[in-house]
Amino acid sequence: MWLSSSTVGRKVVMSISGLFLILFLTFHMSMNLVALFSAEGYNAVCGFLGANWYALVGTLVLAFGMFVHIIYAFWLTIQNRRARGNVRYAVVDKPKGVEWASQNMLVLGIIVIGVACFHLYHFWYNMQLQEILGKETADVAACVLGSANDLSGVSVHDGYSFIVATFSNPVVVVLYLIWFVAIWFHLTHGFWSALHTLGWNNDIWFNRWKTIANIYTTLLCLGFAVVAVAFYIKSL
Amino acid sequence: MEKTINFTLRVWRQKDAHSKGYFEDHKMEGITGDTSFLEMLDILNERLVREHKEPIVFDHDCREGICGMCSLYVNGHPHGPEGGCTTCQLFMRKFENGSVITVEPWRSAGFPVIKDLMVDRTAYDKIMQAGGYVSVNTGAAQDANAILIPKKVADEAMDAASCIGCGACVAACKNGSAMLFVSAKVSQLALLPQGKVEAARRAKAMVAKMEELGFGNCTNTGACAAECPKCVSLSNIARLNREFIKAKLKD
Amino acid sequence: MSTILDSKIPEGPLAEKWTNYKAHQKLVNPANKRRLDIIVVGTGLAGASAAASLGEMGFKVLNFCIQDSPRRAHSIAAQGGINAAKNYQNDGDSVYRLFYDTIKGGDYRAREANVYRLAEVSNSIIDQCVAQGVPFAREYGGTLDNRSFGGAQVSRTFYAKGQTGQQLLLGAYSALSRQVNKGTVELYTRYEMMDLVIVDGRARGIIARNLVTGKLERFAAHAVVIGTGGYGNTYFLSTNAMSCNGSAAVQCYRRGAYFANPCYVQIHPTCIPVHGTFQSKLTLMSESLRNDGRIWVPKKLEDAKALQAGTKKANDIPDEDRDFYLERRYPAFGNLVPRDVASRAAKERCDKGYGVNSTGLAVFLDFKYAIARLGEDVVRQRYGNLFQMYEEITDENPYKTPMMIYPAIHYTMGGIWVDYELQTTIKGLFAIGECNFSDHGANRLGASALMQGLADGYFVLPYTIQNYLSDQITVPRFSKDLPEFAEAEKNVQARIDKLMSIQGDESVDSIHKRLGLIMWEFVGMGRTKEGLQTALEKIKAIRKEFWSKVYIPGDKVGMNTELEKALRVADFIDMGELMAYDALHREESCGGHFREEHQTEEGEAKRDDANFSYVACWKYTGEGNTPEMIKEDLNYQFVKVQTRNYKA
Repeated sequence: MWLSSSTVGRKVVMSISGLFLILFLTFHMSMNLVALFSAEGYNAVCGFLGANWYALVGTLVLAFGMFVHIIYAFWLTIQNRRARGNVRYAVVDKPKGVEWASQNMLVLGIIVIGVACFHLYHFWYNMQLQEILGKETADVAACVLGSANDLSGVSVHDGYSFIVATFSNPVVVVLYLIWFVAIWFHLTHGFWSALHTLGWNNDIWFNRWKTIANIYTTLLCLGFAVVAVAFYIKSL
Repeated sequence: MEKTINFTLRVWRQKDAHSKGYFEDHKMEGITGDTSFLEMLDILNERLVREHKEPIVFDHDCREGICGMCSLYVNGHPHGPEGGCTTCQLFMRKFENGSVITVEPWRSAGFPVIKDLMVDRTAYDKIMQAGGYVSVNTGAAQDANAILIPKKVADEAMDAASCIGCGACVAACKNGSAMLFVSAKVSQLALLPQGKVEAARRAKAMVAKMEELGFGNCTNTGACAAECPKCVSLSNIARLNREFIKAKLKD
Repeated sequence: MSTILDSKIPEGPLAEKWTNYKAHQKLVNPANKRRLDIIVVGTGLAGASAAASLGEMGFKVLNFCIQDSPRRAHSIAAQGGINAAKNYQNDGDSVYRLFYDTIKGGDYRAREANVYRLAEVSNSIIDQCVAQGVPFAREYGGTLDNRSFGGAQVSRTFYAKGQTGQQLLLGAYSALSRQVNKGTVELYTRYEMMDLVIVDGRARGIIARNLVTGKLERFAAHAVVIGTGGYGNTYFLSTNAMSCNGSAAVQCYRRGAYFANPCYVQIHPTCIPVHGTFQSKLTLMSESLRNDGRIWVPKKLEDAKALQAGTKKANDIPDEDRDFYLERRYPAFGNLVPRDVASRAAKERCDKGYGVNSTGLAVFLDFKYAIARLGEDVVRQRYGNLFQMYEEITDENPYKTPMMIYPAIHYTMGGIWVDYELQTTIKGLFAIGECNFSDHGANRLGASALMQGLADGYFVLPYTIQNYLSDQITVPRFSKDLPEFAEAEKNVQARIDKLMSIQGDESVDSIHKRLGLIMWEFVGMGRTKEGLQTALEKIKAIRKEFWSKVYIPGDKVGMNTELEKALRVADFIDMGELMAYDALHREESCGGHFREEHQTEEGEAKRDDANFSYVACWKYTGEGNTPEMIKEDLNYQFVKVQTRNYKA
């Protein structure tokens, strides 16, 4: 199978899974923005994405995409380190025009994944997972870790309350902001790089894609950050 | 009189492929600015021979920036920090007085060291042999003007074809990937009508060979194109990907 | 004598000779080709194209190169272009005109039949290269573009930016790579030929040194082809690459192949002037620059003195005080006179004290006028990469101040003597490309070296070698244990042992540099009888010094770059001596050979057709002995021999 046996194939898998994750982030960010305007609206979306079959299928597909992206990332990195040889350069100087992010995608990815786990613990664990397990309210133990407020007894459908609780903690907010920055770096390279790998690039589109990637990623991360900061300010 | 500079040269010495290498320091004094980097090494070697020591081995040939024989990783950059030129076209006027200049061989699993600064780049030949050609026998060609090629396409093919096969792209790549080299040849031939016929076969064969020889996966850092002495464009890699994916989807 | 030197020129009218030859030559059938081995030494335009073509035909080819890859051969450095008689520009070009220009450019010292064949196959070369994907420059309509070059009044030069040699070589290299993939060609990189092996009077193999392991290895074949380039590095400073050497040719010469016209050396007029004592090579600026650049020195000696002292700059000198000496002396061709004429004219001005840099050995090549006429953009488009290269090297901007140029050793027209079939005086040994002497006479025109290399490799040798091999089909493959192989290997080993045992106190390069200075001074652009005699004495002294004082560090085994150089310099010494002998005997001036005793009152070369219209072939008579000269008379049947005139 060329998607695993050839170098370009493996990169295609990285690209498609990466683009899929960007798409997911876009939906997620749009959903979050709803919370700024309407608690009911946000909870309606949460309800829509509960433990019903389409949301579950969606979750599984997403998890699979995530999983593939991570596994391939490690696989490629191991191969690349081997290709580099055993002796490292004594002096290394970053060439002009090379993005810092592009040479540190794995590190950025690990940061993104690390905080994502924390994030899943905050929200997904208390909401969709509890619903799947047939519970109506959040798991208290999990909530204490990250939030100032006691959330025991909050409905698994009440995403809005989770947001309010989570972003009232300044430490969590800062951590999330760092996370968004890491995502920004990861995506500014990942976005155009994915298109490049899929062959949709040339000398003219090279800078266009880079600009589009920068704008799109910035808007995406700002969207996330605005919600976190707004809810922190509200909590004051 | 042109100004002269003094500096310390830290240079990699390695007896052969199996020996462990090490750095050796040499004080260089009174080197004029119009001395090329390789002539500077000549001066050092002349001195070493006079002292009955073994001279530093490095690859070099045409010394006018076209054969692709010279290599050298100078101060953290293949072909030195100047950019857009090969080591043989790098001049000492670009270096600071009193500095330390570190010279290392290309370091990549695909290019094992032969001795000192000389590496084995036969992998590139093998990739070319896998498919870097148009299958036409001598004497089988039609009149040269029978194939019309738009100037823009011909120029673009020429830009891709200007690769000198020096290996700087692999040396610069943190992934040890040879994609820029492969893509330059694939692009040149895929752009031209003569090469289109077997474009799919070529892309597949060359990529497969590259991988077999232990080169890494491209992550589009762009270091290769940034360090390429002939400024071969990164978009060639996009074209290679396109050709390869198209070929695989057709199969 | 004619029995020894039969040039085997086919009968018939000039235009039909090659066709007739091909129609009547003997061929080898496909099944038999598989049983015949051919060694090709060198992977430049000639070597790579020959190896690829022979491989395609089904022969088993062993191909050797000194560098790490066939693609590095010095053909790659040719910038300007390749000639062909396509007449795509409708400017009156034809096979005959290309033939005529080449004969005339060669100062009537080339063989008519060979040159006509060269012109004849030139068109196929362009077709072949385009089919291989060589990205020649194109017009907007999609057809091929041409430019003009020195020594011609038509635009017949095809080019690929300023990298024509590179693109043509990569084309041949790709064809070669295809054959390696198919298994018909075996490639040996980082191998250097050390000796030719002759069995029963026929070339049957070579001894080569693996440059990485330092081991001597034996290779056997039914025929040996050498395409190892010229011997310009005898001068130490030249436009040749560092590893270019004359050793393979000298080895064949020692084994009995005649060496023809060694004194014909081309000195290229547009090189960057010498700057320092540690300079390792000279850089050529493409001849195409002469299309739009105007060459000048000051009219007034005091201006020249001021330029040399650095108190004046080129742009301080007004137009009326500039001497455009080529335009003045040669109104018809102006700055586009052939290379030998342009080089000598520069030397003449500098000798008179009009040189324009601190050493007094440079003239200006000015683009001010082209920029005024065409605009900087057009000039940049045409010569951008050359200008950039010039600025990298000299740290001066040629858009603002004129370039400085001076002649330098560039190409050797002389080489191993070959007949019409490109076979040397040793049966089964063929020489192609710059390595042979055949097509350029006493001077080569620009953009003709690429043409000749590819003509020999693609379209001539693959035919003619079959005529030789057709009766070899019953000869089985050779054992490398034959006493001839053992003897040759022993000799080479003895030479290496001797070199390593000298343990003197002089580096190889320092001796090579001294040889180069002697060659440049006495066997360079202007030669005299006394000078050449002095050169012969001095070269003998250098030889003695080399074999008693050279110091080579390191071991015999493993890589030893100093040993490699020493082996080559030993051969350069012999080569230099041979050049001096030839230059001394040729009491005339022609092409690249200028004897100061033989010039007109205006300082032009004076040929002596009555006494010297022949190829001087030198036969080896032992190390240090005076070689024996054998003549191949040049009978011009189709062209009227004239004095070259580029004035009107």
